[in-house]
Amino acid sequence: MKVWKYGDDINTDMLFPGKYTYSCSTPEEIRPHLLEDLDPDFSGAVQEGDLLFAGKNFGCGSSREQPVLGLKDVGIKAIVARSYARIFYRAAINQGLLLIQCSEAIDAFKEGDAVNLDIEGGTISIGESTFSFPKLPPQILEISKAGGLLQYTREKLRNA
Amino acid sequence: MGKTFAEKILAAKSGQAEVVPGQIVVVKPEHLLTHDNTAAIVGKIKEDLKEFGVARPDMPVIILDHVVPAANEKTAINHKTAREFAKTYGIKNFYDVGEGICHQVLMEKGLALPGTIIVGSDSHTCSYGALGAFSTGIDRTEAAALLLRGETWFKVPESIKVTLTGKLPSKVSAKDLVLTIIGDIGADGANYCSVEFHGAVASLSIEDRFTIANMGVEMGAKVAAFPIDEVTREYLASLGIADTSYTTVWADSDASYDRELSYDLSAIEPVVAHPHKVDNVKTVTASAGIAFNQFFLGTCTNGRLSDLRAAAEILDGKSVAEESRLIVLPASKEVFEAAIDEGIISKLSKAGGMILPPGCGPCLGAHQGCLAPEEKCLSTANRNFKGRMGCKEAEIYLAGPETVAASAIAGKLVDPRKEVV
Repeated sequence: MKVWKYGDDINTDMLFPGKYTYSCSTPEEIRPHLLEDLDPDFSGAVQEGDLLFAGKNFGCGSSREQPVLGLKDVGIKAIVARSYARIFYRAAINQGLLLIQCSEAIDAFKEGDAVNLDIEGGTISIGESTFSFPKLPPQILEISKAGGLLQYTREKLRNA
Repeated sequence: MGKTFAEKILAAKSGQAEVVPGQIVVVKPEHLLTHDNTAAIVGKIKEDLKEFGVARPDMPVIILDHVVPAANEKTAINHKTAREFAKTYGIKNFYDVGEGICHQVLMEKGLALPGTIIVGSDSHTCSYGALGAFSTGIDRTEAAALLLRGETWFKVPESIKVTLTGKLPSKVSAKDLVLTIIGDIGADGANYCSVEFHGAVASLSIEDRFTIANMGVEMGAKVAAFPIDEVTREYLASLGIADTSYTTVWADSDASYDRELSYDLSAIEPVVAHPHKVDNVKTVTASAGIAFNQFFLGTCTNGRLSDLRAAAEILDGKSVAEESRLIVLPASKEVFEAAIDEGIISKLSKAGGMILPPGCGPCLGAHQGCLAPEEKCLSTANRNFKGRMGCKEAEIYLAGPETVAASAIAGKLVDPRKEVV
């Protein structure tokens, strides 16, 4: 499991360039361009279960959801950041991609540290230190539990 | 204790007496805006649409603007899919390629009303705060779910109060004000917040307010909103909308704000956002002399009649510098035609401007006016992210229309308050 670490204000153009927004929508189309202008090595080397660490305001900019679809598709287990831009945050909830807001974990992490994630318990361990992170409000957690917003919507409509 | 605009409108729309920041509420937005991404959105729910249909056919507003006219087979298919969807499901608010940029067209068609909630699968949906609407961007999947179910959730935001005094000086624009604010508070300075403008807003036209609200997302805001006043009512009346046909909602005078900022408009000066972040803002004076290959006048931030007019006044009888190029995209067909009638287009073209059809154009790097490595562009758009205009080795600087026009004559960054010869 590798930790991919980036800085502050990583915007959606860096995660997925705007020039592909209207020609790539499926995970297969998105994958080769994922993080293309931020880290050209990422898409070829990322493995299922890897983590992505970042600074503040991760995912700012456009409402395009290819970054979330792409990161979910390549198997990023969770993103850990100081803060997230709101549209990206909603988009991640809607796809069931786990976002963890935890500045302490970002401060503590050094290259090579072991990272362990306890999603149910709401804690993340960096080396010897363990930090807790806030969970989503229960109403919103339901969306993730259903497997994403569309599945949640289908269930609501069928049970209406 | 009084309530903010965001708290009042979310309480009213969710049918509750009052709400507090952090609370989750469920609302039925009056409108859902989608554009070229309609194709991808309906593609996610092809079978669901057959099973459930569109919950509220009067809610969706579809405006094709991002890659218009189509640049290739793929974008042409996107447009075709959107047209067919609108026809099949009786979406009456459908506007085809050539009408203009979605945010401008939605306002011109009288679909953005005070006291309403508008969401859109475009981050600049926050623009309608100019008219006292609660409007914000969402992703494609949420747009798809809204088509099926007609409702969504919001977390009631914390609010920031921005009090304005004074009046903007000549050749200094609303863009300079909003870039100044973003430079001060940072690209996440208003993250998740409702930014509410108070004080001397009367001197700001609806177009000025639109520019400011449009850039709300560049400071991380959920919503950026203005009070409804005589300027708003006159604008809506010009669209044939009487003030009896909408409800006005605004913050109480004793509302509790998370943060308060104040700006003296008369002290604002021309500024420019340097690459590659919108909050990397410096004064034009401190940045003067940077040479540019391309100048870009347009977008949902600054492609309106007052923007084109301000640029044309500066460029009238002058020429764009040799070895530079000026690209102009009116924000809508209506803006384009008014600019033709006023002689603005002729002035811009004679000065060397290349006039492109109304739409988003090169703003997101999908077509029309992309940059080459090592090139620099001075743009009236809202984002200068690396790679934004199609090339990660190019640099984008952001400024107001006056600064772009004056600089286009010189081929380098100059202060629009000084005569350029």
